[in-house]
Amino acid sequence: MIVEFGHFALILALMVALVQSTLPLWGAQRGDARLMALAEPAALMQLVLVAVSFAVLTWAFVVSDFSLAVVVANSHTDKPMLYKVAGVWGNHEGSLLLWVLILAVYGAAVALFGGNLPARLKARVLAVQGMIGVAFLLFMLLTSNPFWRLAAPPLNGQDLNPLLQDPGLAFHPPFLYLGYVGLSIAYSFAVAALIEGRVDAAWGRWVRPWTLAAWIFLTIGIALGSWWAYYELGWGGFWFWDPVENASFMPWLLAAALLHSAIVVEKRESLKAWTILLAIMAFGFSLIGTFIVRSGVITSVHAFANDPERGVFILMILAVFTGGALMLFALRAGVMEAKGVFALVSRESALVANNIILAVSAFVVFIGTIWPLVAELLLGRTLSVGEPFFNAAFTPFMVALAVILPPGAMLAWKRGALGRSLRALLPALVLALALGALAWAMQTNRTALGPIGVVLGAWVLFGALTDLWSRTGREGVGTRMARLTRLPRADWGKAVAHGGLGITIFAVSAMLAWKIEDIRVVQVGETFPLGTYEVRLDDVREVEGPNYVSTMGFMTVTRNGALVARLQPEKRVYPVAGMPTTEAAIDYGLLRDVYLVLGDRQQSGGWAVRSYIEPFANWLWAGSILMALGGLLSLSDRRYRVAAGARKVPLGVPAE
Amino acid sequence: MIAAFNRWWAGCAGCALALLLLATPARAVQPDEMLADPVLEARARAISREIRCPVCQGESIDDSNAPISRDLRIIIRERLVAGDTDREVVDYIVARYGEFVLFNPRPEGSNLILWLAGPVLFLVGVGVAVTAARRRKAPEATLSEAEEARLRELLKE
Repeated sequence: MIVEFGHFALILALMVALVQSTLPLWGAQRGDARLMALAEPAALMQLVLVAVSFAVLTWAFVVSDFSLAVVVANSHTDKPMLYKVAGVWGNHEGSLLLWVLILAVYGAAVALFGGNLPARLKARVLAVQGMIGVAFLLFMLLTSNPFWRLAAPPLNGQDLNPLLQDPGLAFHPPFLYLGYVGLSIAYSFAVAALIEGRVDAAWGRWVRPWTLAAWIFLTIGIALGSWWAYYELGWGGFWFWDPVENASFMPWLLAAALLHSAIVVEKRESLKAWTILLAIMAFGFSLIGTFIVRSGVITSVHAFANDPERGVFILMILAVFTGGALMLFALRAGVMEAKGVFALVSRESALVANNIILAVSAFVVFIGTIWPLVAELLLGRTLSVGEPFFNAAFTPFMVALAVILPPGAMLAWKRGALGRSLRALLPALVLALALGALAWAMQTNRTALGPIGVVLGAWVLFGALTDLWSRTGREGVGTRMARLTRLPRADWGKAVAHGGLGITIFAVSAMLAWKIEDIRVVQVGETFPLGTYEVRLDDVREVEGPNYVSTMGFMTVTRNGALVARLQPEKRVYPVAGMPTTEAAIDYGLLRDVYLVLGDRQQSGGWAVRSYIEPFANWLWAGSILMALGGLLSLSDRRYRVAAGARKVPLGVPAE
Repeated sequence: MIAAFNRWWAGCAGCALALLLLATPARAVQPDEMLADPVLEARARAISREIRCPVCQGESIDDSNAPISRDLRIIIRERLVAGDTDREVVDYIVARYGEFVLFNPRPEGSNLILWLAGPVLFLVGVGVAVTAARRRKAPEATLSEAEEARLRELLKE
């Protein structure tokens, strides 16, 4: 009965979404305040209904209601509670429900916190948001209904994929969806502005926080996924250029571009048409991501629910929303006159360069991802595009981005002097080059990758610090230090996010360049060298887990005889899913991780052991967290907290 | 279109299997396969990272533990020991398994589109941006001499 209640709530939510997407739009066109006012309660009602539906599905997972097809396919009574709950979104149907729930949350947030939006714009934004809701609710009810009952419920379920039974992965999808779906708000604002035919500084200010929030969530979600891959997949890789990873990376790149171009709209009323286009593309790529993950068109290691019928449905959603918005854009883009003119050397131009690089790099990822499909459908060639291509084709753009970031971020608006910002950055440049030289001298293998990564990362990091310091004026150090604490949070956010990017760049190249790998057969009791460490395999034992059986190696890591860590790498078998997994054992450290993996028993009696030294692995996660934190600081800036609706008069924002 | 999807779907019959294979990467390169000569072994590793396992989903033979990947890893090492260059080894495998196994599609023929699309779009973007910036240079009100002086005075304070 409760399950039917959830199902019914979902159908009601569709009805409400239909109302939300039509009447307010019509009202805005006719200037009917009553119809426009309908958008707000509709958005709130939709949230309540979808939340009820989601709660019911969660309840079904928690009590293991095996009359539901999704619960049978993805749960088991022995599964720990955390993963019973995470199982709700660990499958196609449930994750779609989460998608729609987050969509409703964002819609309700606009209804609640958009008090200062002009009534007409608000009605239109919520209506467009409602349309997206209609599309996805229809998709769910017609092709992927999570409330499908089984006529003959089995006694127990088939368990969640053991690889997904992991805390890192339990929270990875919700963050990603918060990011993907957050971009729908930017999209709705863009379409509403196109219908309205007006984009001004205030529009930029309304759109930016939503984009920023979406980008923060995407950053966290991608970092979580990458961290999971690092410790769970068992060979210390953190990024595989897999289609599904690319699907989350493209919206991230475009959201990063969008939140930079929205600054130009907000502060200089320029780049309007481009910003609108970016907002449409960013959400379009979120939909493409959904399509890639769920259609099975592009084969991937973690595509779930591959189904041509669903694929076609998502393709239709994609075509309607992206195509429709682009058509509207083509009709209306001419209306958007740029107000602020700027010289070739200016902050605006630097941000344009940032946008070109980010958009083109997103396009490179896109073409690399779909090329196998295009080649097969149109050219009749079956081929693959993998890591080597992306490394070669994508990296140059990131290098260019890192090179121009520090001087670009310090240029003055409207008309800047490149010489001045370069002079200010001279210490940062010298320091970066010195660190690069040091890395070159210290490294044992002669790769250029490591030192170049050090130079670029340090250049971006110290550049960000120089930028922050330069905002404090020209007085004595004491005064400037005091001023540092009073700088707007947006300035801090910019410095922290850019610094985080620098650290990430450094960590990625360090991990690629200086990783040490060792593969060998080890007898129990044997000691082998690993870099500057010695590793000993003390014992291998069978251990029983809650819903798995584990073969556990007991290993000791020492350095010059002193104990560093005791590690227990495992091989697990989950009997219900009939699936083995490897659990690497990692000793996390500031400068390196020691990463041990237990392999198979050899005929000679020993065990295959793979061990890695992963240099600066923690810096990668730290860099990602800093980027997200920078976004958060920027989001909490006074100008977004104080009534953002104060039209074009900037509130407490230095004109720069 | 549907037919195409179905074909792709059929090609994905090993999807479930692939996840399973992915789960046990620790069985990828085995100690007994490895060559004693570290230089040759390093070359073998570099090559096998660029060769796709023919039956898996997007895994290189270096990461995969499918039997065929093991065979391919051994073949690569045999060819290297026999004195082949890296290119010859790769050609040997492509001749038998097709270009599908290449993770790094060769920039030849229609693949040039793939390789050049990014750089070309970048140049187009820069071109458009620069022309737009040039065109935008509308007569901008500049400050008169007196205004400049007044501005300097104000800034000094």
